[in-house]
Amino acid sequence: MSLEGKVALVTGATRGIGKAIALALAEQGAEVVGTATSSEGAETISRTLADAGLKGYGIVMNVADPDSIETGLKELTEKSGAPLILVNNAGITRDNLLMRLKEDDWSSVIETNLSSVYRTSKAVLRGMAKARWGRVINVSSVVAGMGNPGQGNYCAAKAGVEGFTRSLAKEMSNRGITANCVAPGFIDTDMTKKLDDKQREAMLEIIPTGRLGKPEEVAAVVAFLASDAAGYVTGETIHVNGGMYMG
Amino acid sequence: MSTVEERVKKIVCEQLGVKESEVQNTSSFVEDLGADSLDTVELVMALEEEFETEIPDEEAEKLGTVQDAIDYIVAHT
Repeated sequence: MSLEGKVALVTGATRGIGKAIALALAEQGAEVVGTATSSEGAETISRTLADAGLKGYGIVMNVADPDSIETGLKELTEKSGAPLILVNNAGITRDNLLMRLKEDDWSSVIETNLSSVYRTSKAVLRGMAKARWGRVINVSSVVAGMGNPGQGNYCAAKAGVEGFTRSLAKEMSNRGITANCVAPGFIDTDMTKKLDDKQREAMLEIIPTGRLGKPEEVAAVVAFLASDAAGYVTGETIHVNGGMYMG
Repeated sequence: MSTVEERVKKIVCEQLGVKESEVQNTSSFVEDLGADSLDTVELVMALEEEFETEIPDEEAEKLGTVQDAIDYIVAHT
């Protein structure tokens, strides 16, 4: 599954699932460029990769801002070449029941989790089309299919990402460019640490494996999808959720 | 220095994977040279790069033949 010689762009790579993905792709030989919203975050990514003895570095990019995406991509393309692997992982939550969900909670989640995927994908496609090889891997969520109270914005954005991915797959697969989603369930990250004990217990009850997932278990699937071995998998959503939702 | 015509034809050959002998000025990208919709988008992008110009979508739609592309480039660069 060697990714030697390829540049991979991973958004939101400072911690959690994004960090695990950055490491997994770098372990396969890719030069990984991870994005963070702050320069401290970007330094953390550079350090994480360097400490593991792997190729890659962090850059500052706000995926909710088109100008920031353009600047960041220009910087990394000049430095490392066009990325042929894109992992859209950056995401936020602004949970609230719909009756209390504010306009800003809705639009910021749609911008950061969905519109960003349109922008970054569009920006890297040209390089991939030229190379006649590319991998777009979008991190969705189990709730895209399941729904979740208090996450109308997040569920809408993630379901949107899955639909977008299928369209992209139909448009670009004859150029050797595949597009897929990985839909994590309940993974042990800062995002799920926000849940209280009661919510956590309720979640564990519906997970057949009886435990939270590890970021590395999501990253392993991303690494597979990025590899040549996955060349015939496209437009697919692969669930990594311990069996809590089987679609 | 190659002429605009030569440069356009070279790009058409590269993008559409056709031989230079197949490319006539009257050749239609879609009907004669087998381009699909994505090919035409890529072709326009390649022309933009080669001639350092921007071709707006509504103009790009009108570029049906090799000659159309040559005329556009000559008029706009």
